[in-house]
Amino acid sequence: MRKAVAILLAALAGPAAATAADCPKTSLGDIEDEVMCSICGTPLGLAAEAPQAQQERAYIERLIADCRSKDEIKRALVAEFGEAVLALPGDAGDDDGIEDVLVYVIPALGILLAAGGIAFAVTRWRRAKTGPTPATAATDSSRVDLDMERYDL
Amino acid sequence: MRRLLAPVPIAVLTAIVALVALLAYGLASNEPERGVEQALLAGEREPAPEVDLPRLDGNGDGSLADYRGHVVVLNFWASWCKPCRAESPLLQRWHERLDKQGATVLGVDVQDLSGDALDFVSEYGLTYPMLRDGPGDIRDDYGILGLPETFVIDPRGRVAAVARRPVDEAWMREQVAPLLKERT
Repeated sequence: MRKAVAILLAALAGPAAATAADCPKTSLGDIEDEVMCSICGTPLGLAAEAPQAQQERAYIERLIADCRSKDEIKRALVAEFGEAVLALPGDAGDDDGIEDVLVYVIPALGILLAAGGIAFAVTRWRRAKTGPTPATAATDSSRVDLDMERYDL
Repeated sequence: MRRLLAPVPIAVLTAIVALVALLAYGLASNEPERGVEQALLAGEREPAPEVDLPRLDGNGDGSLADYRGHVVVLNFWASWCKPCRAESPLLQRWHERLDKQGATVLGVDVQDLSGDALDFVSEYGLTYPMLRDGPGDIRDDYGILGLPETFVIDPRGRVAAVARRPVDEAWMREQVAPLLKERT
């Protein structure tokens, strides 16, 4: 009798265990830092008591229980609240999107270019301020003469 | 003077000016729209900002302009908003009264889950038309900071009264009832 009950329990638990294993490993904590509580104007993780935040969390938990992946949950939130619900800049609700990369690369390039420009300007300014030393001036003068000789003017 | 015109002081000055400008822009852009109240204080009525949104039940779109020529009690609400729960039965009673006189309550569900909003409508037996603004873009147009807020729109599509709090029977009697005698 005990054996029969054990077999029956195993048969019942089997599909449930398989379904749980198939579920993507998504957690509320993983998502709430990447989406906004839109009425609070803060990421969901920071909006502890706001009623809309609690509603949004409950919705995310329902979707997790429904075996939805992180991207699917983000897309469901976008369908409800629009793109502004995504907290990360350029997040298209799809971790493989090119926007996710460009949004970080472009400002980094901009900062590098600006830093380079400032460094260049400061170096030139300091050189101009100190002026050429007599020895350097003589070297420069002879180099210019050599360069001029190479051209048939 | 030459020292001031050097690149480093110019760069620092530019950065400070840019930060101050950014701060000023941030403060100015967060200032809520209050032109409607100012006009009402001056005894005037401003045209109501356009409302053109999907219906909450998913059956196409609806617009405030659809009710031109009629008094509209435009109520912004959400299912997660507790004061909205308190005022909904009052709005439903007023809608039943207004409907007989060619006027209506028009609900706009703001920044809410559509499923929860539909449950709310069903729970309170609300029969007035409902629109939905999931992203909450309409809030800027009407200067909405919290929910609920209610605007009374006259038959010519102008804002005749504003309640930036839950409405009560006395407010509805004072602000809505006299408008019913107005024609376009």
